[in-house]
Amino acid sequence: MQQALVTYAVRLADDALIYGQRVSEWCSNAPTLEEDLALVNVTLDYIGRARMFYEYASSYSGLSEDTYAFTRDGRDFTNLLICELPNGDFANTLVRQYLLDEYEALFLGVLSSSSDDTLALIAQKSLKETTYHLRRSHEWVLRLGMGTDESHARACTALDALWGYTPEIFAMDDIESGLAAENIAPDRLALLGPWRENVARTLQSAGLPVPADSWQVEGGRRGIHTEHLGHLLAEMQVMQRTYPGLQW
Amino acid sequence: MVRCAERIPLQNSDAFERQQRRDNSEHAAIWRLLDDVCDPEIPVLSLWELGVLQDVSQQQQTIVVRISPTYSGCPAMAVMSQDIESALHRAGYPRVRVERNLAPVWGTHFLTDAAKAKLRAFQIAAPGALRCPNCDSDEVELVSEFSSTACKALYRCATCREPFDYFKPH
Repeated sequence: MQQALVTYAVRLADDALIYGQRVSEWCSNAPTLEEDLALVNVTLDYIGRARMFYEYASSYSGLSEDTYAFTRDGRDFTNLLICELPNGDFANTLVRQYLLDEYEALFLGVLSSSSDDTLALIAQKSLKETTYHLRRSHEWVLRLGMGTDESHARACTALDALWGYTPEIFAMDDIESGLAAENIAPDRLALLGPWRENVARTLQSAGLPVPADSWQVEGGRRGIHTEHLGHLLAEMQVMQRTYPGLQW
Repeated sequence: MVRCAERIPLQNSDAFERQQRRDNSEHAAIWRLLDDVCDPEIPVLSLWELGVLQDVSQQQQTIVVRISPTYSGCPAMAVMSQDIESALHRAGYPRVRVERNLAPVWGTHFLTDAAKAKLRAFQIAAPGALRCPNCDSDEVELVSEFSSTACKALYRCATCREPFDYFKPH
């Protein structure tokens, strides 16, 4: 059970770290100053979340946060694939943020009452932040959908590109099923229905079509990634790879 | 069973318990020293007033200060820990450990009315009824959900036209 708990905490940490690192690429490149601040603020929340989950895994495994973040190779990372995808344009970034925020709100809501006290506390803290993130990303999906022909078209393209990556978010395996049976982890599958309902409602308000379920991708939890993760890690890990054990 | 009358908290229970820890602490002098340690980004609020400072205790020769981080990724947390250590070192406590704890989860319910008044005087709108800290008008418009730090949003007053930061309810 302890090994499963470490694996689980690292998965949640990997999701947050890789996503946070990816979105941070917007820093100083956003279309407006306000959006630059918003994107980076959200990123910081995710990096903080990653640190809390890694710290918890460390308390059992003895490996440091830095070891988890900076010395593992791509195949060792267990993040969901949607987290590592390139940002694309602003519409793609905000549509992905929205899809993830709707999931995080449901997921953290259940994890907040986990029978594991630490996971429950991290979730309670993160849920407050996600609720705020969702307010913004939801607004942006409405604006993109009902804005100009250009913004509408870009939001549609983003939805089509990302939709196939969403089933993986709700996939369960033996490790998570075992933890769910102990009320430690949420049953992801049970979140899929409410997630689809919430997303469909927003897309309808935004005048955007719900994409067809025509394909899907999975593998992140097993370390099978897209080609994009390696490039992200190369940039994120270069200092620790060049100067092992480096401290600020 | 015979029970005696108990105090009923009139504020949030986390905030009440924190006040109790301070009132019943054997380390009153250290709590008072830490009243001089302020948030690096909002220098008018002490860590106590901000609700970050949660407990002071002693383990053998070491003073243990427990803090509740504000936002998960707030970069000011590291500075706060350093500032606590330096303040206590200067006052003659060589062994200090700052522990970041997840419980109780930090929120703006820890901000006292006095703290909110200080925020307003510093031109930051306090969490709660949203009013311009410059002219007290309630006709304000959102500029950005996020601002210069994780804990604030950016607004503009429709009456006096001044932009201002709003300390978000959390």
